[in-house]
Amino acid sequence: MSSEPRKSGPVGGPRAIVAGHGDFAAGLVTAVEQITGRGWQFVPVAVHQLSVQDIEELIRQRMVDAAVHVIFTDLAAGSCTMAARRILRGMPDAVLVAGANLPMLLDFVFAEGRSAPEAARHAAERGRTSITVHGGAA
Amino acid sequence: MTLVLYRIDDRLIHGQVVVGWGQPLDIGFIVLVDDEVASSEWEQELYRMGVPPEMDVYFHNAEDAARALAAYRDDPRQGILLTGDIQTMRRLVESAQVDSVNVGGIHFRAGRTQRLRYVFLSEDEERQLRDLASKGARVTAQDVPGARPVPLDDLLGGVER
Repeated sequence: MSSEPRKSGPVGGPRAIVAGHGDFAAGLVTAVEQITGRGWQFVPVAVHQLSVQDIEELIRQRMVDAAVHVIFTDLAAGSCTMAARRILRGMPDAVLVAGANLPMLLDFVFAEGRSAPEAARHAAERGRTSITVHGGAA
Repeated sequence: MTLVLYRIDDRLIHGQVVVGWGQPLDIGFIVLVDDEVASSEWEQELYRMGVPPEMDVYFHNAEDAARALAAYRDDPRQGILLTGDIQTMRRLVESAQVDSVNVGGIHFRAGRTQRLRYVFLSEDEERQLRDLASKGARVTAQDVPGARPVPLDDLLGGVER
């Protein structure tokens, strides 16, 4: 086994876009950074007051700039998700995960052995099963 | 019940509509009036997938929407009618009585001036809104239910509320 310490900084470029309402993306990425130091794997995108066409163009440009093929969004009905689905129409190898949460992104950043699309699918399952409810009378 | 909200929103179906308005108004269906979407199965599927399974979405172009309006108004559920631009809403108002129109989101484009955080209008669009009002519709801008409705005169006065 290697005793080499884990690298703490970026070892490659970003692996995914995170986009959503308000400061959703920046907040989630900040949380990932605080917990793991791996927030650099994400490009947060905010879409305040943009038209549908401008949202699509912005996300597409961020994907091209960062050379990523994975998008996490907040809400299935949200503008970012709609825009991302249009982008994916011409990008069959890309993956969109709508309904992103923190456990999902944490799983993603530690799945460096998988391709980003594979990691995204795995992370989606982790995010889906990570919700727990405690307390409260039935 | 009936159509409880006639909304102009260039994002069409999105979070503010489905969740922001949809939940408090207990919306059972959305009538999406847009020529481009009405002619594209792919676009329609895109918007269908954006709403919860208990909510129906119906698609019309501007021309046949007016004819279908009466049936939607008789629907026992509550519904929202959405257009992506003022012109489409104006065509509806010209052919059927619409008491109030909600300007929910018209975003930046070259030639438009910002009127509110979420409303940008060209001079022609301003005229179209005044025309809507002259046909008897009360026009207000309001992005989400918790926001104060901004009357048309204030909207066109450019006062940020």
